Amino acid sequence: MKLRKFLALALTATTVLSMSALTGCSSGSSDSTTAAATEAAKAEETKEEGAEETAAETAAAADIKIGFIFLHDENSTYDKNFIDAANAAKEALGLTDDQVIFKTNIPESSECYEAAADLADRGCNIVFADSFGHEQYMAQAAEEFPEVQFCHATGTTAHTAGLDNFHNAFASIYEGRYLAGIAAGMKLNEMIADGQFTEDEAKIGYVGAYTYAEVISGYTSFYLGARSVCPSATMEVQFTGSWYDETAEKEAANTLISRGCKLISQHADSMGAPTACESAGVPNVSYNGSTVSACPNTFIVSSKIDWAPYFEYIVNCVANGEAIAADWCKGLEEGSVVLSELNDKAAAEGTADAIAEAEKKLISGELHVFDTSVFTVDGAAVESYMADVDTDPAYTPDTEVVSDGYFHESEMRSAPYFDLRIDGITTLNEMF
Amino acid sequence: MSSKKKHEPKFHIAKRDALAWWQSWLIRIAAVLAALIVCALVTVVLTGENPISVYVKMFDGAFGTKRRIWSLAQNTAMLLCVSLAVTPAFKMRFWNIGAEGQVLMGGLATAACMILFGEKLSGPALYLVMIVTSCLAGAVWAVIPAFFKANWKTNETLFTLMMNYIAIQLVSYYTYIWSVPKGSGQIGVINRATKSGWLPSLGGHDYLLNILIVAALTVFMFIYLRSSKQGYEIAVVGESENTARYVGIDVKKVIIRTLILSGAICGIAGLLLVSGTDHTITRDTAAGRGFTAIMVSWLAKFNPLYMILTSFLLVFFQKGAIEISTTFGLNDSFSDILTGIIIFFIIGSEFFINYTIKVHNSKKGEK
Repeated sequence: MKLRKFLALALTATTVLSMSALTGCSSGSSDSTTAAATEAAKAEETKEEGAEETAAETAAAADIKIGFIFLHDENSTYDKNFIDAANAAKEALGLTDDQVIFKTNIPESSECYEAAADLADRGCNIVFADSFGHEQYMAQAAEEFPEVQFCHATGTTAHTAGLDNFHNAFASIYEGRYLAGIAAGMKLNEMIADGQFTEDEAKIGYVGAYTYAEVISGYTSFYLGARSVCPSATMEVQFTGSWYDETAEKEAANTLISRGCKLISQHADSMGAPTACESAGVPNVSYNGSTVSACPNTFIVSSKIDWAPYFEYIVNCVANGEAIAADWCKGLEEGSVVLSELNDKAAAEGTADAIAEAEKKLISGELHVFDTSVFTVDGAAVESYMADVDTDPAYTPDTEVVSDGYFHESEMRSAPYFDLRIDGITTLNEMF
Repeated sequence: MSSKKKHEPKFHIAKRDALAWWQSWLIRIAAVLAALIVCALVTVVLTGENPISVYVKMFDGAFGTKRRIWSLAQNTAMLLCVSLAVTPAFKMRFWNIGAEGQVLMGGLATAACMILFGEKLSGPALYLVMIVTSCLAGAVWAVIPAFFKANWKTNETLFTLMMNYIAIQLVSYYTYIWSVPKGSGQIGVINRATKSGWLPSLGGHDYLLNILIVAALTVFMFIYLRSSKQGYEIAVVGESENTARYVGIDVKKVIIRTLILSGAICGIAGLLLVSGTDHTITRDTAAGRGFTAIMVSWLAKFNPLYMILTSFLLVFFQKGAIEISTTFGLNDSFSDILTGIIIFFIIGSEFFINYTIKVHNSKKGEK
């Protein structure tokens, strides 16, 4: 893809010959970047000798060098969430500019392997990648560079890969979605009380990327949260077949709105659904971070994973010579799962209190999101379910995940595996 | 002087006679140097770094470590392979911009064999099936537009371009069908444990076999185009279809035969990418090489040996540009900008090889 961009660039350039001279001169005003980059470059020269022999076990925090691989750049809400967290962790740990390297716009192809290997070459002792499709390339690099720690968000195979230096991480985001769902349910209640529609018409629309467990787990927990306060709520899900496709996400949101959905949420990474809601005046519960600046009238709240605790954890592990967990998952209590600030303009009254109460119960273990007494599948309660926890091409179910009256999400493996289709949710297109 | 004289332009552009080989190469080298100077200027303006260290970084990005050198060689080989594939068609003035799709189809066929027969067939049989199906898939994807062009004079540029999108959608479809874990839209590494269907590494070098295969293809293509009867027919059809018809060349046959060859080599490129490099397939597997290859081929004047140099240059600059943007903490788009500048100069140099600028002297007394 990249080279095609270059070609397009080159062809455009050929037609506007005179422009090229101008671009060289017009960009001289960025003094602050200049200074920062000079500093970084100076430090770059001094560090390069020692970094290679530094074994992971003996590295002190000052010797840490961490490289990040991002699928897109700040224009994607998903990657922005990671980039913000990386900067926050850098600040908290007091790392300098030359200890942190970013590589943005790395596709899920062998380019990811090349980026990871390149970061290892540059003396990084930790390499982190943020996208699900990066996983196998990270594992490949982990095999080649045993002394470097490779950490990967949202993946599923580290716990069975048998590599000491390859790790997965996720967070129990389903709990955050559940809390965001409560905000949605409260909003539906408010609209019903205002006489905007009847109880039976309380339908939620959800824009999902793929029929992947992470998405199913997400929309189901969101729906259960909404239904815990608005019992008559139903939900329709429209899939886009892509993690990032602004047009498709906008289209999906508009389809759902025209089908009579009163509130929209999404699990896909562009601003497509939130902006569609803003133009249609339909309330939106977001993901990956607040979208209030783009959607001041319709944004209610957003759940997100805060990756800063994980980044601090892996840096501290390597600095102290401790092993990084192969499969790391933390939640509300540790600040890995957080909700953004409520937008009072759109949120219903009492939402903050309702969320705070449920959060307390979730942390104490009094409340479980996937409590089998609150949902049914094909009209029957779920008493046992074997999930495909140890990923394989045949999707072999291998682990019993229902016990003590609830579905144990994210406990057997950090990445979600809840993929039951519960009653009350209709999926409109299953082709993805 | 008279008012008429004032309207005369300061210069005009004229087609020039063929330059001596050393003159045209002098212009090309000058263009590359000019590109490097502009790149350094832009980087210096943005980062305040001294220009020499910018060049050092550029070389470092391509040659800094053993792994980078292998990666440079591998990427050059892959770009060269696709360039070899498009060359006979272009030499025939058949504007095949569908190499991207043909490579993807070859890759998809390879991936399908690895997934479906990975455990059923023994090593050699599996490789044979993979080679045959990938060549076939690439060839079919190229020959469909060729067939329509040969028989009904359809526009091959649009046709091959559209075939790309169909190929991309097919890959999307199958990555969904074969996705691991279910529903994720990612195939992941195929046969990770058994490595069945993976091209073997020679002497511990994963990419060596790929590079050798492409080297062999380069020699083949050079001889084919220069010394074979079929290569000559391609050149004649490219120069003038009427002439070709007049001397008794079956133009339809030549078009279809050439595109089968072109597509089959694209299929091989797909095979090398999937079985020899990535061990999986995604929509990005071809990574735009199908388009860049056109430039490589044109710049090298369809000469396979020059194409080694042009593909190497493009990959070298790309790696250097990536290194600069990573080292100086700039967004990845910065490397795109640098590569754009370089490509612009390289393409621009062709203008000065083919045309000359005549400056008019407007001093009094001159004619």
